[in-house]
Amino acid sequence: MSQGIWPAVLGRFDWTALPFVLAWDNPTASEIIGAGAASVVVIGAVVAVVLITWLGKWKYLWSEWLTSLDHKKIGVMYIVLAFVMLSRALIEAVLMRMQQADAINSSGFIAPDHFSQLFSTHGSIMIFFMAMPFLTGVINYVTPLQIGARDVAFPLLNSVSLWLTGGAAGLMMVSLVVGRFSTGGWSGYPPYTELAFSPDVGPDYWIWAVTLGSIGSTLTGLNFAVTIYKMRAPGMHLMRMTLFVWTALCTSILMIFAMPPLTVATALLALDRYLGFHFFTSDLGGNMMNYANLFWLFGHPEVYILILPAFGVYSEVVSTFSSKELYGYTSLTIATMAIAVLSFTVWVHHFFTMGQSADINAVFGIATMTIGVPTGVKIYDWIWTMFRGRVRFTVPMLYSLAFMMTFVIGGVTGIMLAMPPLDFLVHNTLFLVAHFHNMLIPGLLYGMLAGYHYWFPKALGFRLSEKWGRIAFGCWVIGFYLAFMPLYVLGAAGMARRTQEVFEPAFRPWLYIAGLGALVLLAALAALFVQLWLSIREREANRVTAGDPWDGRGLEWSISAPPPEYNYAVIPQVHGRDPFYAGKRKGEFYAPAAHYHDITMPKNSMTGPVIGFVGAAAAFGLVWHIWWLVILGVLAIVGTVIARSFARDVHRTIPAAEVAWTDMMWLQAVADATPIPRQIETTSANQGLAEIAT
Amino acid sequence: MSANEARHAGLNLGVTDEATREQAGSAVLGFWVFLMSDAVVFALLFATYGVMLPGIASGPTPAAVYKIGSAFMETMILLTSSFTFGMASIAMKHETGYGRLLGWMAVTLVLGLAFLGMELRDFATMFGNGAYPTRSAFLSAFFALVPLHGLHVFLGSVWLIVIMVQVLVFGLDARVKINILRLGLFWHFLDIVWIAIFSVVYLQGLIA
Repeated sequence: MSQGIWPAVLGRFDWTALPFVLAWDNPTASEIIGAGAASVVVIGAVVAVVLITWLGKWKYLWSEWLTSLDHKKIGVMYIVLAFVMLSRALIEAVLMRMQQADAINSSGFIAPDHFSQLFSTHGSIMIFFMAMPFLTGVINYVTPLQIGARDVAFPLLNSVSLWLTGGAAGLMMVSLVVGRFSTGGWSGYPPYTELAFSPDVGPDYWIWAVTLGSIGSTLTGLNFAVTIYKMRAPGMHLMRMTLFVWTALCTSILMIFAMPPLTVATALLALDRYLGFHFFTSDLGGNMMNYANLFWLFGHPEVYILILPAFGVYSEVVSTFSSKELYGYTSLTIATMAIAVLSFTVWVHHFFTMGQSADINAVFGIATMTIGVPTGVKIYDWIWTMFRGRVRFTVPMLYSLAFMMTFVIGGVTGIMLAMPPLDFLVHNTLFLVAHFHNMLIPGLLYGMLAGYHYWFPKALGFRLSEKWGRIAFGCWVIGFYLAFMPLYVLGAAGMARRTQEVFEPAFRPWLYIAGLGALVLLAALAALFVQLWLSIREREANRVTAGDPWDGRGLEWSISAPPPEYNYAVIPQVHGRDPFYAGKRKGEFYAPAAHYHDITMPKNSMTGPVIGFVGAAAAFGLVWHIWWLVILGVLAIVGTVIARSFARDVHRTIPAAEVAWTDMMWLQAVADATPIPRQIETTSANQGLAEIAT
Repeated sequence: MSANEARHAGLNLGVTDEATREQAGSAVLGFWVFLMSDAVVFALLFATYGVMLPGIASGPTPAAVYKIGSAFMETMILLTSSFTFGMASIAMKHETGYGRLLGWMAVTLVLGLAFLGMELRDFATMFGNGAYPTRSAFLSAFFALVPLHGLHVFLGSVWLIVIMVQVLVFGLDARVKINILRLGLFWHFLDIVWIAIFSVVYLQGLIA
């Protein structure tokens, strides 16, 4: 492969880049696991293709989903992607926990290099390809519905963002099959990730996957900021928006300003690696500490990009399932904005030990603690919302309660870490790992799962199984405590993070408990899939076509489930907060409109899939130094954009008669539904029509 | 809402095209947001340049490699091109024919390409004098910041050509008008970035 024409065609690829070949040559447990993972990707892809072909669903998939510009379908596709990537990254986490439990005074079953790839992919995937797609998906689905809009401001751009993220996630999967991933952690610190220490393809996979994903996220932020500023229904003032939309707005603003530092950091690292620049090298004036600043200028706001939408979900869920207006709406909006602003002022706390002066550390330590104030305000507001409400302990509400308890514990350890002297002691230990999992599992994952359960009936038209939801919930919570509380102990005892082999027998019981916790978390994920499977099978019994299964408060509940492509047959007029909750009590909803009009919607476009696919191909070319592919890819992207700018036939009109007919059909379903009291909302009696208590 | 009320920052279509003016509201705001994001990229590269400036590594110093005369000429050319683009925008808004619009756009394009040509010649001179990016951290930072601006000017020029073709193909339909508004913002934004480059990079470089 390194002679003749091959380097020009295949770049630096050779057969030993395939894990199958490596496992054949050297059949150790570690290599076999690597080959096994690669086989899962290959077999999974083949099975998917065969299945779709066998079912004859390619056309359906292409025209109804992949090329769709409908924000609802794009949202669903983001969430599907998030679940796929969650599965991979959670399995990796379990492998790491098993290795550490096994490798006490022994080398365990995973080789050091493989272990390093595992923690690098686990972190990168969980942040960029699980958390980001999940929250982007929920924002995509819910925001236009809640502000009373028919779509986002830039539907095509939305599809491009999705496909850039999808292409980047694809690149992560390809890295399992061809070559190896970075061993430099999810933050990719140089100089270790420079050519001098990591000449292989690993860091390049990381650089280009993250870069594609971050460009997608920047464009998502742009899209939703403009959507929320410009597309609200008449009367939907800023201070009448649901709190979820407020958090979506703040997250969008953070994406606009915080993703560019990541793009700059990865681009400069790429210049170092590809063209021999000296930004972060150890010689000729390079300064790797500048990378730490650039990366965490992104990295800290990123934490709030992840957490704020979950806060929004909790605000919706707590209010709905307490049958009470959200307590302290104004203080919650101010707290959300305050967190968004403060998030840009604390990045140095990620590297207190880097050598800057004690004064600088003190300033950033105090700024860090300050963030605890608005966050505390929120927790109190949610508690006051529940106070004297009729709290219903549905699955989303359970996640919200578990979040409040767990997140506060994580917050307290965060305040501890905000003190530079203490941070010096536990820096780079499992204490930190325990802390950020303690923030992100309740502060992101529970929130997204709460949102998934809460809005699933709206999106798919039927409720998820309550029983399996509770089983999954129990596993997520018990698993979390088992897996991460021991890490606080281990970290305080001095166990370094990212350790492949452990030489302290006293750590053994804690590592066993943590390992058990990881298995429980895996069971939690399995329970979610069982729940989805059973719920789809029993969907006919659990339909909520009338559209309001939870006695909801926002506009999204005032339409059918699933909603029509254009969301609202007639754009609603908003008179206050919780417009649907107040309005249905005055009999303002469920009535045919006086006039229906033609509705113009964007036509499907293959621009998004093409840009995502070609972008990923170009990135693959960059990783393997296949220059013809890179040039072709870049030209194809530019060509696609220019060609699309010449397209004029990009809209289609849905005739007023069809809109009226669809609306009538739904109103008939509403008329046929029986209104139910809240006590039986989790039974099959729930057809999506709430009994209005008088 | 009166027809003269601004729907977005910058040149509005006003009474000349009511329907497009409404559409332009979110379209142009979206582009402003993109520019703010792009501005963050440049801000960070300026900061990186500041950090890297002492990283000479016994190589060429700023004072030794910068040609202030040439940089000044480039500044004048780019500022003039912003003026000519402004004239193109006014022609787009008020003229019924396309002659003046295309004329001013062509002049802008020529000035943009002239700027790029001069800049490339400057880079070639720097390379010739041993000032290439792999030599030191300072030069790495220079060659990340300044050519990125040049790349923007290049993409802006491609965009100019595409829009000129679209004016000929479609006339001034709503999308072409909105894209001219956006390209205008882009072109003026590049001016502002260049002024920062001229001040922070070239003028500061004179202080030996």
